Amino acid sequence: MKRILGLWINGRWREEAVAENALLLDYLREGLGLTGTKQGCDGGECGACTVLVDNEPRLACSTLAHSLAGRRVETVEGLATEGNISPLQRAFHEKLGTQCGFCTPGMIMAAEGLLRKNPHPGRDEICGALAGNLCRCTGYVKIIESVEAAAGASA
Amino acid sequence: MSMPDFQLLRPTTAADAVAMRAANAASRYIAGGTDLLPNIRRGLAEPGVVIDLGGIAELAHIESGGDALRIGAGTTLAAIAGDATIRARYTALAEAAEAVAGPTHRAAATLGGNLCLDTRCVYYNQSEFWRESNDYCMKLKGEGCRVAKKSKRCYAAFSGDVAPALIVLAAELEILGPKGSRRVAIADFYRDDGMAWLTLAPDELLVGVHVPLHEGWASAYEKVRVRGAIDFPLAGVAVALKRKGNAIEDLRIACTGVASRPLAVDGLAELKGKPLDAAALAVITGQTEIAAGAMRTTVVDMLYRRGVAPVLARRLTERLWNSAA
Repeated sequence: MKRILGLWINGRWREEAVAENALLLDYLREGLGLTGTKQGCDGGECGACTVLVDNEPRLACSTLAHSLAGRRVETVEGLATEGNISPLQRAFHEKLGTQCGFCTPGMIMAAEGLLRKNPHPGRDEICGALAGNLCRCTGYVKIIESVEAAAGASA
Repeated sequence: MSMPDFQLLRPTTAADAVAMRAANAASRYIAGGTDLLPNIRRGLAEPGVVIDLGGIAELAHIESGGDALRIGAGTTLAAIAGDATIRARYTALAEAAEAVAGPTHRAAATLGGNLCLDTRCVYYNQSEFWRESNDYCMKLKGEGCRVAKKSKRCYAAFSGDVAPALIVLAAELEILGPKGSRRVAIADFYRDDGMAWLTLAPDELLVGVHVPLHEGWASAYEKVRVRGAIDFPLAGVAVALKRKGNAIEDLRIACTGVASRPLAVDGLAELKGKPLDAAALAVITGQTEIAAGAMRTTVVDMLYRRGVAPVLARRLTERLWNSAA
C-alpha cells in the first residue's frame, strides 16, 4: 500500500506516494532512478548501498524508506556540485581508489560520513569507518590512501 | 527476493506500540531493521503489519546518574559504545555493543533489537531456494532438526553480543505489556529453545535495561568470528571480576553463540577468596567448557567453538585480574 512520504534527497525536498514496504534502496534506485547506490549482497554484509542519513552512513538495503520521513538522505549523486566532482571523489579517481567501481559509491559515502565528523582522521579511524564496506578489487590500500589524500587536500 | 507486502505503523509512544501489537496478531516490531529486513527479504519472516519503533523518543536515551544505569531499548549500539560513562564503568557492555557487526549497522541497530535477536543456524539463515532444496527445517516450514537429526527441539544459536555482557553485569529488563510493566532478570528473559528463545509474551515490548552500579568491578567482552569486520559470534564471552588484594572477591562469566540462549557459567562460587592461580584458571576453563555446548549451527566446526569459549574466558579473566592489580 502506498502512502505519502516527505523527505530530503540530495538537498531537494520530495513528497510522493511510496509503498509502505519499500526499502530505501529500492526507492532510490527504482523510484528516483538514483542508481549510483548499489545493490550488492542485499543483506547488510557488503556496504555497497551505503548512503548518508542526516550525515550518518546508513545501509539503504536495511532501511525502510518510510522510517526516514522528514530526514535528509544523500547519495553519491549528491556530492558533485555544478558538474564538478567533490574533493573526495577526485581523490578516489586520482589515487586509484576505484577499480571495477561497484563498491565505490558505498566506500565514498562511508568515507564522506567520516570526514564530515572528523576532517583529519588517522589511518585506524579510516579503517574503522570503512570496516563495513567490502571491496574485491583494490585490496583496500588504494581506498585508504584515497581517503587520506582527500583529508589532506582539505587541510 | 522482493519485499512482501505489509502495512507499516509508526507509533510515537511505547503504550501505542503495545496497543498496535495487541490489535494485530500477525505484526512484528522493527527498530534498527538491520536483522529483520534482510530476514523478511529471505522469507524468514512474513509479517502482515510492521510496527516501526524508530519514532518513539522515550525509548532512546541513556540515564547514568545515581546508583544505576538505565538505557532505553531504542538506544543505538553506536550510542552505547560511544558513551564515556558506560565505557568506564560498564566496560563489557561498551565492548559488546562495539563488537556487533559494522559501524553502519551499529548506527541503526538498537539495544532492544540485539537482545531480542532471532536465533541463527546454517540451515535457517539461507535463501528460500536453499531452504526449499533442503526440505526446510523445524524452525520454519519443515520438520525435524538438520543439526541434530533425532532431536525434537531446535538448536539454532542465540548470537547477540550484548546479552552476555548484561548477564555478568546483573542487568534487569523492563518489559511493557497491555497490563503494565514488569521487570525480569536478564537470564530469565531467555529459554534454551531455538524456536522460542524469549520469555517475552507476544503482546509485550522490551522498553529498557537497568544495570546496577558495579563499584570495584572490572568487566570485558570478546568474541571470535569468521570475518573481523562484520560477523556474528562463533563464540562470545563476557567476564566481570571483582578483585580484592590477591583474591577473587567475585567472578561472573557468560557466553553467547554457543547455545539457543546466552547463559551464565556455573560453578565459579568456589573461587571466591582464592587467588587467580593455575588451579583457578582450570576451574574457569572447565566450567566454561561445560556451558559452551555449541552445536553444528555454523560453517565453522562446533568443536572449535566449544574449545575457543574457555580460552576466551581464561584470557579475559587474566586480563582483568592483571589490570586490577
